[in-house]
Amino acid sequence: MKHEIFETKTVILAIATLITVSIGGLVQIVPLYTMDQTIEKVDGMRPYSPLELAGRNIYVREGCYLCHSQQIRPFRDEVERYGHYSLAAESMYDHPFQWGSKRTGPDLARVGGKYSNAWHTAHLIDPRAVVPESVMPMYEFLSEKELTFTDAGSHLKALRMAGDPYTDEQIDEAATDFMVQATGEGDVDAVLTRYPKAQIGDFDGSSKVTELDALVAYLQMLGTLVDFTTFKPEGEMAR
Amino acid sequence: MNQATTANGASGAAYNEDIVRKFILAATFWGVIGFFAGTFIAFQLAFPALNLGLEWTTFGRLRPVHTSAVVFAFGGSVLFATSFYVVQRTCHVTLFGGKWLANCIFWGYQAFIVMAAAGYVLGITQSKEYAEPEWYADLWLAVIWVAYLVVFMGTLMTRRVSHIYVANWFFLAFIITVAMLHIVNNLTIPVILFGGESFSKSYIWASGVQDAMTQWWYGHNAVGFFLTAGFLGLMYYFVPKQAERPVYSYRLSIIHFWALVFLYIWAGPHHLHYTSLPDWTQTLGMTFSIMLWMPSWGGMINGLMTLSGAWDKLRTDPVLRFLIASIAFYGMSTFEGPAMAIKAVNGLSHYTDWTIGHVHSGALGWVAFVSFGSMYYLVPRLWGRARLYSLRLVTYHFWIATIGIVLYITSMWISGIMQGLMWRAYDDLGFLQYSFIESVEAMHPYYVIRACGGALFATGSLIMVWNFIKTIKGDIREEDGYVAPQSAAAE
Repeated sequence: MKHEIFETKTVILAIATLITVSIGGLVQIVPLYTMDQTIEKVDGMRPYSPLELAGRNIYVREGCYLCHSQQIRPFRDEVERYGHYSLAAESMYDHPFQWGSKRTGPDLARVGGKYSNAWHTAHLIDPRAVVPESVMPMYEFLSEKELTFTDAGSHLKALRMAGDPYTDEQIDEAATDFMVQATGEGDVDAVLTRYPKAQIGDFDGSSKVTELDALVAYLQMLGTLVDFTTFKPEGEMAR
Repeated sequence: MNQATTANGASGAAYNEDIVRKFILAATFWGVIGFFAGTFIAFQLAFPALNLGLEWTTFGRLRPVHTSAVVFAFGGSVLFATSFYVVQRTCHVTLFGGKWLANCIFWGYQAFIVMAAAGYVLGITQSKEYAEPEWYADLWLAVIWVAYLVVFMGTLMTRRVSHIYVANWFFLAFIITVAMLHIVNNLTIPVILFGGESFSKSYIWASGVQDAMTQWWYGHNAVGFFLTAGFLGLMYYFVPKQAERPVYSYRLSIIHFWALVFLYIWAGPHHLHYTSLPDWTQTLGMTFSIMLWMPSWGGMINGLMTLSGAWDKLRTDPVLRFLIASIAFYGMSTFEGPAMAIKAVNGLSHYTDWTIGHVHSGALGWVAFVSFGSMYYLVPRLWGRARLYSLRLVTYHFWIATIGIVLYITSMWISGIMQGLMWRAYDDLGFLQYSFIESVEAMHPYYVIRACGGALFATGSLIMVWNFIKTIKGDIREEDGYVAPQSAAAE
């Protein structure tokens, strides 16, 4: 075969290169959208409530994923330390995913419900007040930033375009649901109907709704949605 | 031998060297910023009080400043500078598109860097590693990148020599692939389209497992094409030039090129071993990562053996020493990488500092060293000086930086493996032996050593800056030249 054509024809070299570098990605990414087994069938997954979403956006903004993973591997020590190994279904509404790549701090995939709201508040304000050896930054400023999220509906619309099954009702009520969940005042039942298992009420102990409230609300629901009593593993995991 | 195997530039054509000088100065500036930013956040991990309690100075916000400054600002500027220099010299024509378009690319790219970095400090991020800039900066970069492709391909197409030199294949593959990766990984939906208050916020179109795969397809190939293919372009031009030898094997270059660009793109899933990514994808990623060892070492051999018959120059030429050491580091980290991609090894190394150490053996040892060598080659030539201000200072830079790298890598090996072992350790009664925080505490001395290694590396770059300033001013330091010791046979 004459390689000379690639050495003398710029466009042919460029096209051949583009084809060569495209193959791997096509083979690895496209089937993840087309194969049904990629995401397990589970009970309990739902899109984020507006307050949880606001908290998640703060988690993203502060770069928490740089030191905390949200992906428990199916190893004995990880399952004992953190809980049931993570399922693909559990991050199906994560835009983008927060699996992380480094554990300078512990995994957070199932941190929800493990500590009290008061612990999270104290820990975020000054990590070393509760964990002396911690190297985590202090996030006291979150407790000083009031949060309203009046445009929550716009965020839900963007996520619906990305495939999350938000209903018109959820979008219309988003700003209200945000305040009700953060304060516990208003139609709590409606929020719980729209977002089952949502944690309701003041999170950081202050009268204002702050970024800290939202972040704690997000942390407290992590890994709590899937009903593992009805989950049946398939394939190698079933053994 | 085919003329394309030698890196001879021709005289006659009026090359656009102004753009190369601009990018070299930018690379030097961003390099120093990026190295010191990295050193600072390394100290933050050892001494958390350095987070300063301010929202703009936490590790979480500054880490992308470091990675983007070194990869895209420093590395990117080096790639622009060298690719523009090399493509003109090896095609015997000036840059396609004229000075105006080249300057647009320069200022546009610098604006992208500032836009991205300012965003991180203010908390504007997509949270995708090495793809943190939000949609507006991504769109801006896409336009700049298309202009880059037009200038580079246009120059190749208007060349006055028959063959396209090897270094340009690698530069072209880097430009094309980065465009593909950048566009696909950053498909995102800005909330402002739906009346949202935030201009910058967007939600990535993909989610969960598909997003994870797309991200690491991008992330690993940011390494594979930005930090490897692009910098192999440097190797294929500046090593033969500085050694005054032709590339060892033209045939090996061809195999190296096609095997590298085909195999690299598959390796992404090794960042997702044992996660919720389906097993078949993980297995493919592992298999191709191991196969990738072959072209990587083929390329290393091609670079190192270019010195055949000229090994003695390593004693007398510290610039060449930078270039050759970079290839040695390239060989080391491309051996370590496939090993870490094996699932059994990855089960231990993943999520630990070992990964950080691995990245830095490649980034400091390979990318930065091949860049330093090439910049030391370029600066006297671009500013019309007879030689560098001081070769002794190059030697100091080399050894200070090398000691820094060794401290960095070894401390991260120890801390990474220790972390992995502590997390999985069981006591005699069958309980987990260590709490997580005990593993954090155990890291402290290694985080201090690592930060000191980084400080040495950063200090080395200041020596380079001083050398460049004096060289550009036209000063020459009075110093004894390096003389090769006479061998016994010659006496």
